Amino acid sequence: MTTQQTASAAAGAKVFPGSDSRRYNYFEPKGRKATHYEDVTVDVQPDPERYLLQDWIISFGDGTPTYSKSWTALRCADWHRFRAPDQEWERTHYQRQSTIVGMIQNVVDNARRAGAPQRFDKAWVGVLQNHVGAFKHVEYGLGTALMRAQRYGYTQMVNNAILTNASYKLRFAQDLTLYLAEIATDIGGFDLDAGKAHWMDDPIWQPCREAVEHIRAAADFLEQYFAANLVFEPLVGELFRSGFVMQLAAAQNDFATPSVVSAAEADYERNLANAVELFALLVGDPVHGEANRAVLQDWFGRHSALAARAALQLQPLWSLPRVKVAGFLAAYEQARNRVAAIGREVGFVADLPPILVAEPAPIADVAVAGSAE
Amino acid sequence: MPDGLTLNKITSQKGISIGEAARRVADLGWTPSYVQEAMSFPTDYKITKAPRDPMKQVLRSYFPMQEEKDNRVYGALDAALRGDMFRNVEPRWIEWMKLFLAIIPFPEISAARSMATLGQLAPGDDLRTGFTMQMIDEFRHSTIQMNLKKWYMENYIDPAGFDITEKAFGKCYATTIGRQFGEAFLTGDAITASNIYLQVVAETAFTNTLFVAMPSEAARNGDYALPTVFLSVQSDESRHIGNGHSMLMSVLKEPDNHLLLERDIRYSFWQNHMIVDAAIGTIIEYGTKHRDKTKESYAELWHRWIFEDYYRTYLLPLEKYGIKIHHDDVHEAFDSIVKKNYVHKIAQFFSAGWWANFWRIEAMTERDFDWFESKYPGWYDEFGVWWENYAKLSKPGSVPITFADTGYVYPHRCWSSLVPCVIREDFQVDEVDGELFTYASEVDRWTHKEAFAAEYQGRPTPAMGRFSGRRQWEEVYDGWDLADAIKDMGFVRPDGKTLVAQPHLSFEEKDMWTLDHVRGHTIRSPLLALRAMTPEQRRAHIDEYRKGFTIRRV
Repeated sequence: MTTQQTASAAAGAKVFPGSDSRRYNYFEPKGRKATHYEDVTVDVQPDPERYLLQDWIISFGDGTPTYSKSWTALRCADWHRFRAPDQEWERTHYQRQSTIVGMIQNVVDNARRAGAPQRFDKAWVGVLQNHVGAFKHVEYGLGTALMRAQRYGYTQMVNNAILTNASYKLRFAQDLTLYLAEIATDIGGFDLDAGKAHWMDDPIWQPCREAVEHIRAAADFLEQYFAANLVFEPLVGELFRSGFVMQLAAAQNDFATPSVVSAAEADYERNLANAVELFALLVGDPVHGEANRAVLQDWFGRHSALAARAALQLQPLWSLPRVKVAGFLAAYEQARNRVAAIGREVGFVADLPPILVAEPAPIADVAVAGSAE
Repeated sequence: MPDGLTLNKITSQKGISIGEAARRVADLGWTPSYVQEAMSFPTDYKITKAPRDPMKQVLRSYFPMQEEKDNRVYGALDAALRGDMFRNVEPRWIEWMKLFLAIIPFPEISAARSMATLGQLAPGDDLRTGFTMQMIDEFRHSTIQMNLKKWYMENYIDPAGFDITEKAFGKCYATTIGRQFGEAFLTGDAITASNIYLQVVAETAFTNTLFVAMPSEAARNGDYALPTVFLSVQSDESRHIGNGHSMLMSVLKEPDNHLLLERDIRYSFWQNHMIVDAAIGTIIEYGTKHRDKTKESYAELWHRWIFEDYYRTYLLPLEKYGIKIHHDDVHEAFDSIVKKNYVHKIAQFFSAGWWANFWRIEAMTERDFDWFESKYPGWYDEFGVWWENYAKLSKPGSVPITFADTGYVYPHRCWSSLVPCVIREDFQVDEVDGELFTYASEVDRWTHKEAFAAEYQGRPTPAMGRFSGRRQWEEVYDGWDLADAIKDMGFVRPDGKTLVAQPHLSFEEKDMWTLDHVRGHTIRSPLLALRAMTPEQRRAHIDEYRKGFTIRRV
C-alpha cells in the first residue's frame, strides 16, 4: 500500500469516507452557508475555549497570555459571534483601496491638467493649506490608534475589522497629504508646513488635537475603537469632511477636494457599520449587556465631551470661505443627530445638548505660520 | 497638431517626487502634549534613534501593486483548475499541505498584530508606513493562505484534514510547534518578538526555505498553486526584511542593548532552525515524489539560503557594531542537518505517530531510498529498515508502528522548541524553578533556563516572555487510549470511525484505518515518566536515551 491507487488526484476521482467533506466544518456560519470572508477569517486566531487544546504557550513577563480577555473592560459571552458586515478579507480590501487610490489620482490629475487649482478661490486656498492641512493629522492620529488596537481583540474577526479601519484611516491621511502637496505645485505660495503648524498651535484645532490624543492614549483597545468610530467620527470627522469641505468646496471653484474627501466618507460608512455591529452585540450580550452598556456610557461621556468641544471650536472655519453656502449650526445639528442615532442603534444614550448660542472664536488672534489670508 | 496640444505635454505633468512624498507622509506624526500614550508593549530595550525608511514607502503606490499581484495569483488558480492540475498532482505532496497550511496563517496574522508593537515603539514616524504595509501584507498572507487551503479542500481527492483545518491547528502536537513560532512573534519583550525573532531572523533568513525552496518542490510535484501564492507572499517579505533591518539599526545604536541583542539573535536563530527546518525540511524531503539527483537537497538549500546568504552577508556584518554572533550555533545547526540527520529523524517521528496526524504519510519506496542514499550517504543503514517496516505496518489491523517491536524509542519533547528530542546524543535535562524539563540541545536548555527568565546575566529582564500553557501534547493525553485521544481531537472522518490520518495513500475504503484498528494502545508522556523516576533511574534513563537505538526489521 505504498503507491497511489488511483489515476487522478482530483475531487471526485474516488468515493471513500470523507471524500465529499468539502467545507470548513468547525464553525457556525452566521447565515445559512459560510461566506468567503468567514472561511478565511474565523478561528485563525485560536481560543483555548474552543480548540486550543494546549492553551497559549508563551506569556508576557507578568503571566498574561498571548491573547487575553482582560484587555478590555467589555465582556462577551461569545466573542466569536461577531462578523464584520463589510466582510472584508485581503482581496476585497486591496480591490477597494486600489480603486480609491486610482479614483483620487484621476481626479487630481484631471483637475491639475484642467488648471483647476489655480482657479480655486484665494480664501479657500487658505482653508486647504491651513485647515485641511491640519485635518490630515486627525486621520493619521486615528489610524495609528487603530493600528495599535488591532493587536488586542479576542478574535480574528474583531482584530481584522480594526486592522482594515486602520488601513483606511492611514491611507486617507496620506491621500490628503499628497493631494495638498500636488496642488501646491500649481498654486504659488502654498505653504505645506502650515497645516501641521495649525494642528499643533492654532486654538481652533487644539481641542480637536486633545480629543485625538485622548483616543490614542486610551489603554483599552475597544475604547479606542468606540471613541474613534462612534463618537469622534460622527461629531468631528464627518462634520469637517462632509459638513464643511464637501458642502462648501464647489462654491469656491473647487471640485477636486470634495472628490478626494468623499473616499473617507465612504470608508467611514463601512467602519461605522462594523463598529456598530460589534458594540450592539456587546450591549445585547445576554450575560454582560448591561455592564457593557454602562461602560460605553462612561466612554461616551468622556469622549463626547472632548469631541463636542473640538467640534464647537471648529465653528470659525465656516466663516472663512468667501462664498458661504453652508453654516456650522446646521452641520453640527446633523452631527448631533447622527451620534444620537448611532447611540440608539447600539443601545446607549448619545444625546448631546443643542447649541443655544454660537459665538465664533476670534480667529484674528491666531498667529501661526501660514495663517489664512 | 499644435505643439501645445500634444498628448505628451498633457501627460508629462509634474508631480512630487517619491522622496518628497515619503518625507511629507513621515511628517504626519507629532509629539502629543495633552496626554501621553502609555507604552503598552513591554520591552527591556532602549530605543532612542528613529528608524529610517530607505525604501520611501507610500500607500498610494502600494495598494494598486498588491491588487495586481492578487489578480495574478487568483488568475493562476483559475488557470490551474482549467488545466486540470489535480489530475496530475502528487497526493504525497498535497497531504503535507494539510499540515503546513493549518499552521502558517496563524504566524502570518501574528506578524500583522506585532506591527502594532513596532509602530508604537519606534521613535518618529519615518518607518510607520513600512510597518503599516507589513501589517496589511500579513493580513493578506493569512487570508490568501486560508483561501488556498479552501481551494485544495474543494478540488483535491481527499479533503479530510483540510475540512477541520483550524480545529486541527488547535489540537495537533505538530501544529503546536508551529504555534511556538507564531506566538513568539507577538508575546513577551516587544523587540525580541517583533523585531528580532520575526523580522531579523524568521523573515530575513527562514522565509527563503519556507516561501522559496518549498514552492519549488511543490512545482516538481505538479502543484502550481502553492508557488503562485507563496512567491507572491515572498515578494512582500523583501519589504519586511528592510523594515526589520532599519529597526535593528536603531536598536543597535544603544550599547545597553547589545547584550539583549546577543541573547535574542541566539535564541531566535536556534529556535527558527529547530522549528522551520523540522517542518519544511521534512515536507521538502519526504513530501516529494521528485527524485532527480541533480536537484538540491534540503541540506544544500540550507547552506545556500541560510549559511551563505543570511549568515555570511547579514549576521556576520553585525559584529562590526559590537554584537556577539554565536558562530558555533550556525555551524551546529548545519551539522545537525548534514551529519546528525535532523530532518530524517523528524520525518521518522512524524511517521511514528502517524495516527495522531490529520494528514496522510505514505511509506518511502526504493526510489526514495536511492535518492536519499545519494544525497545523504549512510541514510539507508539508519532509516531504510524503518520505512520498510512502516510500509509493512500500513495495512489496517497491523500494530501501529509506534507500538510495534521495531526498537524505536518514542522521543522526549523539547520544552523550548516543542520539537521532539530526536538527536539523542544532544538530549539535555535541567531544573527550572524546581521542576524537571527536557531539551533537544544545549541551546534549547539555555533558551528556557537563561533567556526566558526575569534576569539575564545579572540584568533584570521583566519584559521577557515566559513559556506557559500545556506545552507537551503527550502530557495532555498521558494514559489515554489512542482511539479516545484521536476522537477527542476530532481527527475522525464524517462517518464517525475512519481516521483522517492514514499511513498510506490508498483511497479504497477497505484500506483505511478506523478507531477500532488503533484501540488498545496507551499514550504515555516521557516527561511525566522521567519526573517519576528516582535520581538513579533517571541518570540511567538519560544515558540510555543518549545512546540512541537501532531499528529492527519486523
